[in-house]
Amino acid sequence: MATEGKPPRLALEGITKRFPGVLANDDVSFSVAPGEIHALLGENGAGKSTLVKIIYGVLQADEGRVLWDGEPVSIANPKAARRLGIGMVFQHFSLFEAMTVLENIALGLDHSFSWRELQQRVGDILKTYDLPLDPNREVHTLSVGERQRIEIVRSLLQSPKLLIMDEPTSVLTPQEVDRLFETLRRLAAEGCSILYISHKLNEIQALCDTATILRGGQVVATCDPREESARSMAEMMIGASLRDVSRKPGTDFGPERLRVTHLSAPGEGPFGVPLKDINLSVRAGEVVGIAGVAGNGQNELLAALVGEIEGAESGNIFLDGVPSIAAHVGDRRRDGMCSVPEERNGHGAVPACSLTDNAVLTARHRMELASHGFIRYGAAEKYAEQVISAFDVKATGPRAPAASLSGGNLQKFIMGREILQKPDVLIVSQPTWGVDAGAAAAIHQALVDLAAAGSAILLISQDLDELLALCDRIAVINGGVLSDMLDVEGISIERVGLLMGGMHGEDAAGNGGDRGEPRHDPLEEQVHAA
Amino acid sequence: MTTAILISIIMTLVGAATPILLAALGELVVEKSGVLNLGLEGMMLIGAVTAFGVTFTTGSASLGLVAAMAAGAAASMIFAFLTLTLTANQVATGLALTIFGIGLSSLIGQNFVGRTVSGLEHIFPAALADDPIGRVVFGYSPLVYLSLVMTAFVAWFLTRSRAGLILRAIGESDEAAHSIGYSVIRVRYLAVAFGGAMAGLGGAYYSLVMTPMWADRLTAGRGWIALALVVFASWRPLRLLGGAYLFGAVMTLELHAKAAGINIVPPEFLAMLPYLATIVVLTLISIAPSGRRNAAPACLGKPFRATG
Repeated sequence: MATEGKPPRLALEGITKRFPGVLANDDVSFSVAPGEIHALLGENGAGKSTLVKIIYGVLQADEGRVLWDGEPVSIANPKAARRLGIGMVFQHFSLFEAMTVLENIALGLDHSFSWRELQQRVGDILKTYDLPLDPNREVHTLSVGERQRIEIVRSLLQSPKLLIMDEPTSVLTPQEVDRLFETLRRLAAEGCSILYISHKLNEIQALCDTATILRGGQVVATCDPREESARSMAEMMIGASLRDVSRKPGTDFGPERLRVTHLSAPGEGPFGVPLKDINLSVRAGEVVGIAGVAGNGQNELLAALVGEIEGAESGNIFLDGVPSIAAHVGDRRRDGMCSVPEERNGHGAVPACSLTDNAVLTARHRMELASHGFIRYGAAEKYAEQVISAFDVKATGPRAPAASLSGGNLQKFIMGREILQKPDVLIVSQPTWGVDAGAAAAIHQALVDLAAAGSAILLISQDLDELLALCDRIAVINGGVLSDMLDVEGISIERVGLLMGGMHGEDAAGNGGDRGEPRHDPLEEQVHAA
Repeated sequence: MTTAILISIIMTLVGAATPILLAALGELVVEKSGVLNLGLEGMMLIGAVTAFGVTFTTGSASLGLVAAMAAGAAASMIFAFLTLTLTANQVATGLALTIFGIGLSSLIGQNFVGRTVSGLEHIFPAALADDPIGRVVFGYSPLVYLSLVMTAFVAWFLTRSRAGLILRAIGESDEAAHSIGYSVIRVRYLAVAFGGAMAGLGGAYYSLVMTPMWADRLTAGRGWIALALVVFASWRPLRLLGGAYLFGAVMTLELHAKAAGINIVPPEFLAMLPYLATIVVLTLISIAPSGRRNAAPACLGKPFRATG
């Protein structure tokens, strides 16, 4: 909390930063008091990361000045920032996969050290802040929460006076988030200021003392997040009123359209997670969610379902009752299974190709965009145009290269490309990852409408809010194992969190008490009846 | 087999192994920093001809050695400028460097063909090398001992020193290293220069120690073997030492088999053994459980552009 009479720990005055064609920061001013937890709130592209890079010395401001404890300073590089006492935990961790935790920590220090001394100090910090982490493990064996702890320990070793956290919770389980917040509150109580960057409003309300809201590079408001509603902050953030996803609670689902039985598949790449005996089913008109922390088999699940793992999978997949495990990717698409992978660039779309070409890539069977080995270019372009207008994609036209679109617009195009094919089954992974709130709302609405039209949707996401808003049932994937399905109505977030953290069976079930008696899965009955 | 033959086998083996060990040590450090320099053969040839030329004109072999290292490093700087500063494709640039090195060494060496120089002096008194056992231990060129010292140094540098830790980190993830605040490009320049100097030294071994006489394409493709050796050793200095002597043994086997009149396997088969062994090792690395697969630096061969 701000102390009377003392200068703010960090103050920005009129910071302006231009990139070719973009004004990233426009006359931004705000200040952070010692021991304050200050939120920096804004959409993607609002200028948060540019601002933080200026504070951390990665970029230099074109205009304006930075004051540290009341003194104007120039921060030439991250080293200078660390010397002042600024620590930073990046959204994408700066970690070295093949090295140990301790080596990673050593690399983040500016001065030399003796191994023994470092080991001692790291051990002390882990104990003081009660952070579970084994210094001798190699990073690629760690969970995302543990990786983040490495970054935090790295920063704490420098005894920072200001700690910048860039979207720290986007990859954590609810329990890990709670643990992180405890650590942050403790640091703040010790006088360390925290600059907390996020677009998750409920977290900011739970944690922060002050919020500065950025939009289009400008400060649009500074407020006390506890006195604002999440909705009012969201509207300040996007500069428009928010549209709600309208969805009628589904009870009368159609027949089963997708059924997966005993599906197992090897992990992808050296750090992949093998799938173990996955069973699930999705009915017409239903949205089924797969929750879980990144890297627990989601990529493998999508790949196995759409047919990208050829020959290595066992078990079976039924599309409208037809066994499809042997069908190739293209055949499965033709038969009605469309998909949107997590990675837009390079997996969902070819960045260098035009939108028309990208439309042909997945829609050629169902929309008849190719015949006898030739592309029907006119039809393809028309289809791309149709997607662009139906999904309000901001692009110069169907000939625009996919790479020229912003993340949100490209995602809308990819979603539209699949949805307009009227798939029987749609499998989507992280549909709103890195997409702004406006586009996210449009994508959510499109998914709900598609389900209402009778498609079966499998939604893989790390965003619990998204899953709870859209899904009828949810299962959690952890270490390649899928939990039992939970009805979203009356679901216990705590239980989902425990499942995400890998607590299966007795423990997790015991905590699901607020759901009352575990209901008999209607699906099971249906299966037995069949 | 008499002792004399055994000793001569060991000595030719060490002789064949040393230059590829020197060059491969340099390349190991380069690759650990995330750069793939396929110009090894070219830099070795440039080093070889420079060593010969300087020794021939000044009469000092040690001056020749220093010049060879400088020339190798200079040649590697062409590569570094193209690939690191201008972010050109490393594979294409490395191949071009090899072709360039072959041509340049032929051009410079034109007037030296068939000439001889007095090679590098031994460091141990000749008396020590009189008896056969003494010869196996003390009877080599100083470069042989240097290559052993350098192996130990590189092993220590990579695993024990802070600079080595940074270098490995940059090879693992240039982006992460950059965001922490390390100068990726500067470290890679230094690594490539070291690699060039070591390649020059390896080349000098051919023109000053092995055959103190100039002939066109003196290194005869050994640069490629050194490249294969780095992969064969899965980027570990001590395995590199073992691999170099193994490759050296295979290369000399050919000669000794011929000398002994053994004709069971065609010599061409023996000549291809090092490459075959490398393919086998690559296969083994690929089918190994995932934990051991990350032997190759993750950023090997990827261009790095510093962004915001």
